[in-house]
Amino acid sequence: MDILNEFIEVAADPGAYARRIRASGRSVIGYYCSYAPEEIIHAAGLHPIRLFGTGGDSGIADRHLQAYCCSLVRGALAESLTGRLDYLDGTVFPHTCDSIQRLSDIWRLNTSHGFFADVVLPVKLTGENARKYLIDVLQRFKRDLESYFDLVITEESMRSSIRTFNTIRSYLSEIYELKSRNPGIISGQELFSIVRTSMVMDRDVLRDKLQTLLQELRESVPGREGRGRRLMLVGNACNHPDIYELIERSGGQVVWDDLCTGTRWFSGAIREEGDPIAAIADRLFERQVCPSKHKSPTARGELLASQARKHGVEGVIFLYLKFCDPHSFDYPYLKECFKDMGIPSMLLEIEDSLPPEGQILTRIETFTQMLGPKTGAVHAETSQTGREG
Amino acid sequence: MSQTDAEKKRKFRSAKRMREIMTEYYIEAKTADQTGKKVAWITSGGPVEPLIVMDVIPVYPENYGAMIGASHMGGDLCAKAEALGYSTDLCSYARADIACALENGGPIGGLPKPDMLICCNNICGTVMKWYEVQARLFNVPLFIFDTPFCHVDFADEARRYVRAQIDEYISFLEGVCKKKFDFDRSMEVGRLSLKGQQLWQEVLDAAAHRPSPMTAFDAFFFLALIVTLRGTDKVVNFYTELLEEMKERVSQGISAVENERYRLLWDNLPVWYRLKWLSDTFASHGACLVADTYTTAWCGSMKYIDENDFIDSMAEAYTRIYLNIGVDEMAKTIFEMIDKYEVDGLVMHSNRSCKPYSFGQYDLMRMVQEKKGIPCMMLESHMVDERSFSESQALTRIDAFMEVIRKRGPGAGTAR
Ligand code: SF4
Ligand code: SF4
Ligand code: SF4
Repeated sequence: MDILNEFIEVAADPGAYARRIRASGRSVIGYYCSYAPEEIIHAAGLHPIRLFGTGGDSGIADRHLQAYCCSLVRGALAESLTGRLDYLDGTVFPHTCDSIQRLSDIWRLNTSHGFFADVVLPVKLTGENARKYLIDVLQRFKRDLESYFDLVITEESMRSSIRTFNTIRSYLSEIYELKSRNPGIISGQELFSIVRTSMVMDRDVLRDKLQTLLQELRESVPGREGRGRRLMLVGNACNHPDIYELIERSGGQVVWDDLCTGTRWFSGAIREEGDPIAAIADRLFERQVCPSKHKSPTARGELLASQARKHGVEGVIFLYLKFCDPHSFDYPYLKECFKDMGIPSMLLEIEDSLPPEGQILTRIETFTQMLGPKTGAVHAETSQTGREG
Repeated sequence: MSQTDAEKKRKFRSAKRMREIMTEYYIEAKTADQTGKKVAWITSGGPVEPLIVMDVIPVYPENYGAMIGASHMGGDLCAKAEALGYSTDLCSYARADIACALENGGPIGGLPKPDMLICCNNICGTVMKWYEVQARLFNVPLFIFDTPFCHVDFADEARRYVRAQIDEYISFLEGVCKKKFDFDRSMEVGRLSLKGQQLWQEVLDAAAHRPSPMTAFDAFFFLALIVTLRGTDKVVNFYTELLEEMKERVSQGISAVENERYRLLWDNLPVWYRLKWLSDTFASHGACLVADTYTTAWCGSMKYIDENDFIDSMAEAYTRIYLNIGVDEMAKTIFEMIDKYEVDGLVMHSNRSCKPYSFGQYDLMRMVQEKKGIPCMMLESHMVDERSFSESQALTRIDAFMEVIRKRGPGAGTAR
């Protein structure tokens, strides 16, 4: 599939793609979190791009951040300080965790990428007061963009952006569903590239490409590599495409995830009628919640349990960036939730690079092997895994 | 070893009274089920006054965390939390408290069970996750008082949001306590709260005197009251006495550190299990930690309180506290303290437990060096988890730092 290669190419070097966009005369606005109001940036005619904080040595961040800071935050600062973000015309920091919150301060004081905004979202995503506040915050962000870039974001452009993002999100959801039903149609790493590219590519181009890709996937026949134990990845942001291949080589395959480079980011649709800002706010309220936000003490466990059930998940891999407070706090609870359902889990804590390949392979292999005999899980394959290589 | 007269003189007589008050307080809290009172667990920076109005006993897991740390039980409890799956990189207050709640371990046999949980995220995001854990464990109502972070200012929409949550909070309390909120009483509680904060500030101000009658380590100790009993006359009475004692010490020339030569400022929470050791180590260099950014946080946003409109104005006061503001805003507070207390150097505790307090310290340090030209040092620890603390490493750093300070000479101050 040529189109798939295109996705893989962009995912491998988002910066190169962003530079091309910029060269075409469009301003590029970056952010590190899935709570960024991308639709508003897009409606302003600017190009929204998710940044990942990867792709180089993060040693330079030592001047500003202690060693006990997550690699996403460290990597983010490093990529800015070393000039790897020269394509940006602005950055946006949605309020999420304590680490990003301070990164935003350090960023504001030490870097210069043009436009800068803190979008101080509510932490509590319940109740009418928080909802009203969220709408106010988004409105302020819209005004800030308008005044800095000297433009007007019309209601019509908001609506059109909302439609575009809804379509993109629904395509991605369908691709995920297809993969869950028939894991062999696409490898984990390919799917990772699709999602990552979807956070980077020109959204109008993306929408059409995703449609074509989806068409091809609907018709495709599963390959042999689709026969691992059905696993779900739960964690913050995954920046390690290799992990999927390692999982596949160890007798597993990722059929679902709760990652902010995954379903957490594209879940939920925006209402297409009524006030667009209120509709965007409502989706942020209702979408799959990140542990840095509060819905209810049990909301996340219930959600993940139902997803695991729905997708016939046999085992869960918690993939955490080390030093991530919000996710680490949820871990013991989520682990118990899965255990109560009879789903074993393992924890893989990583820093900016993955541990040695052999070590990961052994750990995941041990895990998949102790999953016991295949249960009658809805979509489970019948034969044992054929390990490659 | 027998104490010299000078050492005896340096001891605070108020310390005994303080211990008594805290003991009474914990006895009252621990017998709440017998007296029919309700208990709320609340975060240290949380709006406690409405609880006092409702006759609910506020209990502070963070104050308890400090007790755990000071009694060297942190390492064990944190290890227990780790066995449950809580990462060692998480806040050690939270880890220790989570472990305690499960097994009634820890000092004073654990905290009384909560009837409700009040979590205000003006200090960190950790408390929200921590209180979610406790809400699942105790299965009691949780109220989250969400105070948007003020990177550069306090936006109008944030002001409206926080104000609206005060009403939310009051109806939450009315629901849990099944009685009406008494607004008249809230005026009185608000007045006492403000008075307590003013007195606390005056106590801390006493350290501006040369030589200082107190150290930050004393402040860490005496802090417990403004944290736990804010809004009651106990605080007002006690700090009135303490202030009296400060004044006496000043007039009698009693210094907290013998032959005080250097004056230092402490940043971040204390290293609870090495208070005495750190205090002695600095004192052995003739250095007194005269002030700190931590204990000041409980009176730092007084300027936003309107005594005649406490309930309304507390929205702003609770949102704009020291930890809920941007690094550059924090720097302003630090600069002011450096001037006010005539400080010769800054000791930054890089606290692995507390990311919102610690990230940004390197930038703060540079700002202080640039603007104030005083030496700064950094000391790393996990404030309640003593397992990773290395005395010898800390000692080497402190000695080297004090050497720099010594070379500049006492009172070199901020002249540049
Ligand atoms: S894990 Fe949560 S806070 Fe972190 S980037 Fe993803 S959505 Fe944002
Ligand atoms: S949510 Fe976790 S991984 Fe994401 S920035 Fe915060 S600490 Fe880092
Ligand atoms: S020490 Fe820091 S992280 Fe821990 S509860 Fe206090 S403010 Fe939060």
